[in-house]
Amino acid sequence: MMATRTRSPLSQEMIVAAIAALLFMAFFLTQPVFRTTDNLLSLLQNVSILGILGLGMALSIIGRGIDLSIVTVMAMSSAWVLQLANSGLPLGLALLAGLLLSIAVGLVNGALIAFLEVPAIFATLAVATLNYGVVRTALLDDNLVYLKAEVPGWFHAIGGGALFGIPNPVLLFALVCLLLHLFLRYDIAGRFLYAMGENPAAARITGIANRPLTLLQYAICSVIGFGAGMILASTIGSVETRIARSTMVYDVILVAVIGGIGLSGGKGGVRNVIIGTALIGVLLNGMTILNTPYTVQNIIKSVILMLAIVADSILNPRDEQTSQQGDI
Amino acid sequence: MSLRSTLSRLRYRYFPDHILGEILSKTWIDNAIPVAILVLVLAGLGLWDGDLVSLRSLTGMAPQYAETLLVTLGMVFVLLAGGIDLSVGSVFALSNFIVLALFNMLGLPIGVAIAAAILAGGLVGAVNGVLIGYLKLRAFLTTLVTMIIVKSVVDLLLLSFAVRIATPVTTSTFWDFLSFDTVFGIPPSILFAIVCAVVGHIMLTRLRLGWRILAVGGSRRSAYNAGLPVRRTIALTYVMSGMLAAAAGVLYAARLNAAGSDTGVGLEIVAVTAAVVGGNSLGGGRGSVTKAVLGAIIVLVVTNSVVRLGLPAGGNSLALGVILLLAVVIDVKWVKNRGKLLSSVYVSPAWMQLPACPPTAEGSGSPYALNDKLADVQLIGLGEIDGPEDPILDEAGNLYAGTRHGDIIRFHAPDFTTHEVFVHIGGHPLGLTFDRQGNLLACVAGMGVYRITPEREILRLTDQTNRSWLSVIDDSRMRLADDLDVAPDGRIFFSEATIRFDMSDWMVDALEARGNGRIICHDPATGRTRTILPHLRFPNGIAMCRDGQSFLFAETWGCSISRYWFDGPRAGQVEVVVADLPGYPDNINRASDGGYWVALVGMRTPAFDLMLTNPALRKRMVERVAPDEWLFPNMNYGCVIRIDETGRVTDCLWDRTGRNHPMITSMREHRGWLYLGGVSNNRIGRYRIPGADPDWTAAASYRGEAA
Repeated sequence: MMATRTRSPLSQEMIVAAIAALLFMAFFLTQPVFRTTDNLLSLLQNVSILGILGLGMALSIIGRGIDLSIVTVMAMSSAWVLQLANSGLPLGLALLAGLLLSIAVGLVNGALIAFLEVPAIFATLAVATLNYGVVRTALLDDNLVYLKAEVPGWFHAIGGGALFGIPNPVLLFALVCLLLHLFLRYDIAGRFLYAMGENPAAARITGIANRPLTLLQYAICSVIGFGAGMILASTIGSVETRIARSTMVYDVILVAVIGGIGLSGGKGGVRNVIIGTALIGVLLNGMTILNTPYTVQNIIKSVILMLAIVADSILNPRDEQTSQQGDI
Repeated sequence: MSLRSTLSRLRYRYFPDHILGEILSKTWIDNAIPVAILVLVLAGLGLWDGDLVSLRSLTGMAPQYAETLLVTLGMVFVLLAGGIDLSVGSVFALSNFIVLALFNMLGLPIGVAIAAAILAGGLVGAVNGVLIGYLKLRAFLTTLVTMIIVKSVVDLLLLSFAVRIATPVTTSTFWDFLSFDTVFGIPPSILFAIVCAVVGHIMLTRLRLGWRILAVGGSRRSAYNAGLPVRRTIALTYVMSGMLAAAAGVLYAARLNAAGSDTGVGLEIVAVTAAVVGGNSLGGGRGSVTKAVLGAIIVLVVTNSVVRLGLPAGGNSLALGVILLLAVVIDVKWVKNRGKLLSSVYVSPAWMQLPACPPTAEGSGSPYALNDKLADVQLIGLGEIDGPEDPILDEAGNLYAGTRHGDIIRFHAPDFTTHEVFVHIGGHPLGLTFDRQGNLLACVAGMGVYRITPEREILRLTDQTNRSWLSVIDDSRMRLADDLDVAPDGRIFFSEATIRFDMSDWMVDALEARGNGRIICHDPATGRTRTILPHLRFPNGIAMCRDGQSFLFAETWGCSISRYWFDGPRAGQVEVVVADLPGYPDNINRASDGGYWVALVGMRTPAFDLMLTNPALRKRMVERVAPDEWLFPNMNYGCVIRIDETGRVTDCLWDRTGRNHPMITSMREHRGWLYLGGVSNNRIGRYRIPGADPDWTAAASYRGEAA
């Protein structure tokens, strides 16, 4: 079960950690703005949403899947919560409704993948489109939903507050890291998830209930996405649903993959996501400070993602004799 | 015969149960689902609003269809090789930009602009191809990243040049023709797309590259192990996809003459949806150009209708998402269960009633009475030969036999202790015979009839016959050529046991008891091959009669031996010689006393005989019981009989223990000995025939009547 680390002496994880540290040092030494405590705190805050989503993505990849609907879930269910709250529903009920919506989307993902045997990439891609289309046309009035209703102060504190000077989103990121780490490392379902990701056929033969486990896996992913959405919404007081159509989900994949979570499943853990988040956070923050245009940022991120995938395929080479047929 | 069994006989005789399974086994059946979806979509939209599917509205989509089809074709090539290309939308936008920039802004000749655009598409495809094919990256993520990069580059360029590229500084008659003209009322873009589709179809079905793409997608590991250039093939599919997407971008530029940040956005989803809705499998190996054409029509009709019906925002992507999901589910389930469905439907038993089984009990006075004459045969090549269906000896006394490994083995005279591979053919050689020039002729399972000269040269004589018009299965190919003999004028008559099952499933044919087999004549003088006797119940052994005008043939599941005249006054007639054998006859060969040896490959049992009159029971058995538990003919006894030309049994040899020679498929008399072969035995038996002419050989017997 402990085949979760690459055997290579120079693992991708270490390389990425080193690059992140180098970049950090470079920005730290050359950019005065970067050095400020405010900037470092905002760096952490900005990146924590990405990190939380990355944890969800990591969970789906470890179980030999991928969840392309996680950003859509984040945007659509949190937008619905705001809309419900605006229409006069108590905030608690609105949150519950959003949670149930996200769980439902996760279960649809899981059912398509586990029972209808649709490849995870397509199932989640189609569900993302459906989720966006249905919620946007049936439940929302506009693309951009502002929180207009009077809500209890604790709601704003979720994303806006701070404890001991550390912004709450960062603490929440740490909390999700801890919970997911405990789940993956010590919970039976978590251990089974690695087994399923490593070799689904063998897991099934040994008696692991792959299908319910897949449902659980995608439900958790969706709940993580919903949580990230609520943190974001409470921080800025609005939700822009068009984020669901953006390339943000690829940033999330980037965070997970670049940290060393093997796309073939069964490998990696929370630590990899933290390292990936650190690199991407430093990079995004640095590029913003350098005033790099958005499209150029996209190109740079994409090239880095490409390099990460190349490194992944060199460190975890595909064997012609044992690779899965039809694995795209 | 009771009314009930008469009805049953008529029902199974005239109702073509076997057609369903044969249709399902066709590769074109995969197209049935997209065609059905297309009909349903058109009918549904037509009912909703007739104008949506009117001829005018459909032809209005033609230019757009050309672009969709080109991108879908490229996607299909990539999917067929087991990948996916998400960068097509960005390549489309890039090519659109390049054409407009070079032609409108810089005023370069239109040919240069188009060539540059398509080259750029090919380059992006080549990057994808190198990364995925040679570096073995994952197709989905890799092309996703190239999609974002190319898209970002195009967006950057558009920021600076969006206005200038939309205002042409030059004109070109070709460009105007491409943009506005029609040929016989058809836009040139759609003609170009049709040409690409035809070329693509020829490539996939007729050319080496297409076959390699299908092989790599069908099983990458097998293709790799077979020595195909897997990496190069995969890389090439991305180049093709990139160039086709670029060509579509050129057509788009000609049509709209503008570039925006939303150009080509979401095109990859359209193309994947079209490909999968058409029935091209994700994961590779299954698909065709026809399916791409169908899928592109379906997707375009649906998306255009959604737009025209004015559904709310997001409706378009909603429709696409639903279609994509449904298509993938149907595809996954169809690929997974088609084999299961086929195997439960394919076997379709027919009605048959055998005459009463003659007694075989010891002391019953029956000519078939049990004895132990084969208890002490000499064994040749024990454990060294696998599946000698039909041993034969040449004039020098060397013994030849085919093996399951696709060889013909030669045991050396006189004691047969040493052997060599005489020739390697590749398929399991079944019936063997020598022609009058001393060449060895062989029926090879799955391959046809071959001639092997004494110098070991192998020549294929025939592997196809005339196609019967009403047969769903392509019965022109030889599936199971079984035994053969040569007429005095050199014509070769051979049996093909069944056209519905391959060698590995030959015994399943017994459950059908339909006339699935036939006898075919090949004339080496003219090279013509023609089926002469169709609808026989597993025709098997063939032996020329001594009149030079007829031959005896055995029908294994019919438990009978018949005689067919191919020449002389009775030409064309069939006469049953033995109608009620106690077992299933296999090969027939001449005996020294003027009669014929017949091998009985298995024995009839009352249970199986009874079951033959109940096709429904056999059908249920095949559907519900595991194949290992199916009731089959009893193949555990060995028996050889000798008959004279009238069908009278003159000798009967049993191996009662079934230890040495169960399932005897053939026997050959040579200089006083009888050599016994079995298609699933690991030995050849040698039995001294009491009182037989010690100088008689089959070759001399045939030479005596050479024309």
